[in-house]
Amino acid sequence: MSGHRSLVAPAVISVIALIAAACAPDDEEAAPEEFSPGPLGAVTVAPDDPIMIGVIQAISGDTASLGVDQVRAIDLAIADRGGELLGHPVETQVEDDACLAEGGTTAAQALVANPQVMGVLGTSCSGAAVPAMEILAETGIATISGSNTSPALTSDLEGTQGAANQPGYFRTSHNDVVQGQAAAEFAFTELGAQRAATIHDGDPYTEGLATAFGTSFTELGGEVVLATAISKGDTDMRPVLTEVAAATPDIVFFPIFQPEADFIVQQAKDFPALAETQKMMGADGLLSDTFVVIPQTEGMYFSGPATPTGSAYEDFVAAYQAEFGEAPIQAFHAHSYDAANMLMDAVEEVAVEEDDGTLQIDRQALMDQLYATEDFEGLTGTLTCDEFGDCADPKIDIVQNTAEQQTIDQVRGNVLFTFEPGE
Amino acid sequence: MADQIVPTDAPVGAGAGLLPAQGVSARRAVTLGLVAGVVAVFVSANGMVSEFAERDVIAELSLGVLWVLMIPLIVGSLAGQAPAVLQGFAAPRPGWRNPAGGALAGLLAAVVMAAFILLIDAVNVRDVLINVRPDLVETEPRLLTFGQGVGAGVALVLAVYAALGALGGALHLLPDRWRRAVVAGVVWLIVMGVLSSLVSQVLRGIQSTTNIWTAPLADALYQGGALTAPAAAVVFVVGAGLYLLLTRPRRTPARVRVRRLPDRSQRIVRVATLAVALLLLGLLPQVLGPFLSDVLNFAGIFLLMALGLNIVVGFAGLLDLGYVAFFAVGAYTAAVLTSPQSSLGVGWIFWAAIPFVVLAAAVAGLLVGTPVLRMRGDYLAIVTLGFGEIARLLFLSDWLKPIFGGAQGIIRVGDVPLAPGVEAGGAQPRLFFYVVFTFVLLAAYISYALQDSRIGRAWMAMREDELVAETMGVNIVAAKLWAFVIGAILAGFGGALFAAKVGSVFPHSFEVIVSITVLVLIIVGGIASVPGVVVGALILVGLPEILREFEEYRFLLYGALLIFMMVRRPEGFIPNTRRVTELHEQELQQDAWLRAKETE
Amino acid sequence: MAETPLAPKGPLAARRVLQLPLVDGFLWVVRISAVVVIVVGAYNSLTSGRLSGQQWRDLIVFGIAQGSIYGLIALGYSMVYGVLRFINFAHGEVFMIGAMTGYYVSSALSGTALWRSAPFAGLFVVLLCCMTMSALVALGLERIAYRPLRGKPRLIPFITAIGASFFLQYTVATLFGVDVKAYPAVPVLDGSISVGGFRILRVHLLVIVAAVVMMIALYFYIEKTRAGRAMRAVAEDQETARLMGIDVDRTIARVFAVGGAMAGAAGLLFGLVFQNVNFFSGFLPGIKAFTSAVLGGIGNILGAMVGGLTLGSVESLGPSLVLSGLDIPAAHQLKDVVAFSALVLVLIFRPTGILGERVGGERG
Repeated sequence: MSGHRSLVAPAVISVIALIAAACAPDDEEAAPEEFSPGPLGAVTVAPDDPIMIGVIQAISGDTASLGVDQVRAIDLAIADRGGELLGHPVETQVEDDACLAEGGTTAAQALVANPQVMGVLGTSCSGAAVPAMEILAETGIATISGSNTSPALTSDLEGTQGAANQPGYFRTSHNDVVQGQAAAEFAFTELGAQRAATIHDGDPYTEGLATAFGTSFTELGGEVVLATAISKGDTDMRPVLTEVAAATPDIVFFPIFQPEADFIVQQAKDFPALAETQKMMGADGLLSDTFVVIPQTEGMYFSGPATPTGSAYEDFVAAYQAEFGEAPIQAFHAHSYDAANMLMDAVEEVAVEEDDGTLQIDRQALMDQLYATEDFEGLTGTLTCDEFGDCADPKIDIVQNTAEQQTIDQVRGNVLFTFEPGE
Repeated sequence: MADQIVPTDAPVGAGAGLLPAQGVSARRAVTLGLVAGVVAVFVSANGMVSEFAERDVIAELSLGVLWVLMIPLIVGSLAGQAPAVLQGFAAPRPGWRNPAGGALAGLLAAVVMAAFILLIDAVNVRDVLINVRPDLVETEPRLLTFGQGVGAGVALVLAVYAALGALGGALHLLPDRWRRAVVAGVVWLIVMGVLSSLVSQVLRGIQSTTNIWTAPLADALYQGGALTAPAAAVVFVVGAGLYLLLTRPRRTPARVRVRRLPDRSQRIVRVATLAVALLLLGLLPQVLGPFLSDVLNFAGIFLLMALGLNIVVGFAGLLDLGYVAFFAVGAYTAAVLTSPQSSLGVGWIFWAAIPFVVLAAAVAGLLVGTPVLRMRGDYLAIVTLGFGEIARLLFLSDWLKPIFGGAQGIIRVGDVPLAPGVEAGGAQPRLFFYVVFTFVLLAAYISYALQDSRIGRAWMAMREDELVAETMGVNIVAAKLWAFVIGAILAGFGGALFAAKVGSVFPHSFEVIVSITVLVLIIVGGIASVPGVVVGALILVGLPEILREFEEYRFLLYGALLIFMMVRRPEGFIPNTRRVTELHEQELQQDAWLRAKETE
Repeated sequence: MAETPLAPKGPLAARRVLQLPLVDGFLWVVRISAVVVIVVGAYNSLTSGRLSGQQWRDLIVFGIAQGSIYGLIALGYSMVYGVLRFINFAHGEVFMIGAMTGYYVSSALSGTALWRSAPFAGLFVVLLCCMTMSALVALGLERIAYRPLRGKPRLIPFITAIGASFFLQYTVATLFGVDVKAYPAVPVLDGSISVGGFRILRVHLLVIVAAVVMMIALYFYIEKTRAGRAMRAVAEDQETARLMGIDVDRTIARVFAVGGAMAGAAGLLFGLVFQNVNFFSGFLPGIKAFTSAVLGGIGNILGAMVGGLTLGSVESLGPSLVLSGLDIPAAHQLKDVVAFSALVLVLIFRPTGILGERVGGERG
């Protein structure tokens, strides 16, 4: 028996070596004569075949509404063009990443497995975008997100490349740095707060935003008296609120999610130092119907991407409502609508149509075209992409929930302050 | 189980003096029918019917409706089955009682369902039961009443369920082997229908790598994700036929035939089988394509962890619920050392980091193992669970953020270099498969080698009875610490591979649920059995990935399956023989006795 | 374990001593450094004046209130463990179902005259519903998932329990939705009162009193009644109990029902204190409660309560007292690190929990 077993290891190794040797990366497909693809290759769409757009969004799990909202916006953007581009029908392949890093890998893998996918719209969450981009960038697929906000994916807006920045990555949503600035600016200049406390919940988004707020608040001349954190799933916030109250802040910034934020506001009422709700400030994660109905949120401030204005947006909302039976459910639908249009516009620019109606979309040319996007008129404003892929025209609204606002839309409409960087 | 011992189609009542056994029981049929009714109402009320009403499985039959239709069929088959026949009793002859029992159960299920239909028609329950959608009864397509109004619908429900129940019961009229063949055919049908996208992907993958024309087969089988009607007929016949083919009577099992060969030839056969198996496994990623290879890699990483935990729990009997801690240590060690963006920023290659992964995991194993040396079973469980949480929270914390990146994790983890210029990472799942595969083989080899080694025997003695083992001279301290350290190192490898595969490490990947999943898969697979662990990992990790479209129902089904599986087959899919002896000693003795009778 | 009657003696014990100096040395280092860390951290915190005396007292009360809930859930773990010696992982879900029942019943009652005129009578009705519902779920679990596996290695019912935990969570999620359910306000529980320098929220007072009353009632039930004696007999030795004419199946079912009822009561109290519940609310409290049960000494009714109170206090005080004193940022993020470290330390000092375990009969 033991003799037999000792044979196993060398046999295994030699077999693996053989296989590995036999599996060198596939050769690139021969290109047609009249069209020569760039270094990243091209997508060939045969006559009457659809143009495939990949979509990676979180459509299950806690953050499902974030992704579902954007998938719907993308569908509307395609429908607005009659479902066609350059005479080809447009189809989407939607993959769910559940807002997880592992999910991002699997979803990206499913998309690169389809050689017809010429561009990707997504992801919903920055944490899923980081691993997904490694795979998508390898294949050279241009990707535009409508709701990633982590500075690591692009840059710190001061010229330093983000650690996870990849060629071919774009976004139409704001950079966290901007929202941090906006909230800090409002708290310091408008409210006159000198002492701030921040609470995050260990989520990369909330941690990043709380840190960005702290940095900006300190730069403005304020003091962060307590930067603390809770864990997801915590219910008893009273111990941490005791610490917060003891630090006597003028403003408490907690850009976290439900249900932990519910516990914070409901339990804060028992602390005299925190009982004034005008000291509490959340972010877009809390702009939801179920949060603003809590009595203790009356008076609270929220920062979040500005709700677009203008007739184009009203038309979009009307179409959304007609199609899906409810108003847009999250803050990033318009961003994804713009992302879809940016991608399709770029395809219209770079696609080469051959005599027989075959369409050639060069991957490198598509990326270059997107990097060159300038003054693109979208629902969210006038978009211009920088060299790291930040394309947003970032406007951040600070809104307040007062006794007059009943629904989330009314709260979103009660804008006290709008922040645009560079002003 | 028992009906395998005494086949129901054996000559009946021939022997004089045999007492007639109890036949199909009406009481049992009533109970089963009511339970089935509750289950049918449950899947309707929790939205499984509405949610999958658009997902066609076989021709026009949607998965949503299939859930409901399967219930009377299954319960009919259960209710129409005569209870197990005890030794010394004559089995009852199959007859009208079988379909009648099934019909009774189906009818009762229908009564419960009808009550539910009338209820939701009369009262608005949606404020509480949010998933009772109007499309069940009120609006088209009226899923529960098969498109009819309430009155006609209820009548139809009663008729259809009773008919399906009778059909299920009537299966027992068939000879045993044929009945099983029919069941196999139905199972094939459902599996092929539900896994439509997977099967088409594989078929297309085969064509793109081997140039065998398999893609048209996918087109012929499926239309819009559902099996076409002719394809369904073919699948059923093939499924049933395969079963009949594989269970041909008097066919000597291959294993027995090999055993009859001389020793030398036996060894050649074994080595050849192994080589062919490895070759096939090696070709697997080429056939499966990148997406399924990625799923396979994920399953492989869990398998690696499972093999490690199997040493701790299966061999040494130490219930560790915080195994994820070592996985996290491996992942973070690899990430810190290979990422140019980490706190160290050294950006080593993967292989250079491996010795440090081993070292860090071993130290973690000792740190966890030493305090728990004197704790017994369940104390160990909760303390190790605590260690798992401690590890995750420390990696997540703002306190250690300068080292481990806190909530932002570590990105740009290095790929695995295989040859100059060839690197395998998450973007090359087919190449990465070979890396995972190598580590899994290594772990499996270690497991087998340890199982029969001195320390392996010490573990098993300790597992059975610590005090006796110690009295017999086993060094308990060393044995326990070795188990922890070896288990930790294998999990550390898993973590390092995970980091390289995903390309980034976030603390959220290391929740308690990982430890629990790994534990579940070694027990469901068959504790202390290496092949069992392999099967468990592939099924329990691979399947949920493939069944993503089931969303939250995935966990519901997972939970129900775990209970069902454990109650029906507590020893796991592929049990370890030594463990089975403990579990099923009596049954085995009975089997042995019967086998002896057969050969007479 | 020195406590076990079969502890090795003579030459064997001597060899054991030889084996252990390294391990013992390590454990002593752990013990001493833990004490040093706690003392230094607490000294720094208390002398820094960051928190006032009132705030420290508040933290103690918060800890006791949270600990009372843990303790009530822990009773169910402890009782089941005492009798069947396996971890009923799904017990947290039984607790969550109690909290959910509380939400639906109290929402239905909140508009009625009863709720306005006699709020405590209303709450009592809700309490009975929660306890009944949780007890029924626990009974169902025992019947379907655990009874068929009695006598099998303990890992197997443990895995079934994990499956049951998933199943119950997602049953609630798919039937009633995943959103957070907000309890109706109970005005009589708002505000706080002062007792000897301690400011106690009324709702916390209710929780603490309810927990103590239920503890005492349970203690008498188990120690003084015939049914309780049967439970203790079954815990000691099932076979002998059967021979003595005790219906073992029924007794075990009763253990589940009583444990479930306690969890249901805890669920309602949780809902009243935190005002929110969703399908996932049972998971973490379940793990904490099991920790409490082990901390206090598993199988020991009083131990479950002591363990719960200890764990609640450690969670509440630990981060502020020890971690902040050591200048660790975002100390409350590490609350569970403190809680589980406390568990490890207690078990290093006292391997069978604070009050010692009470599990009869042969093990394994």
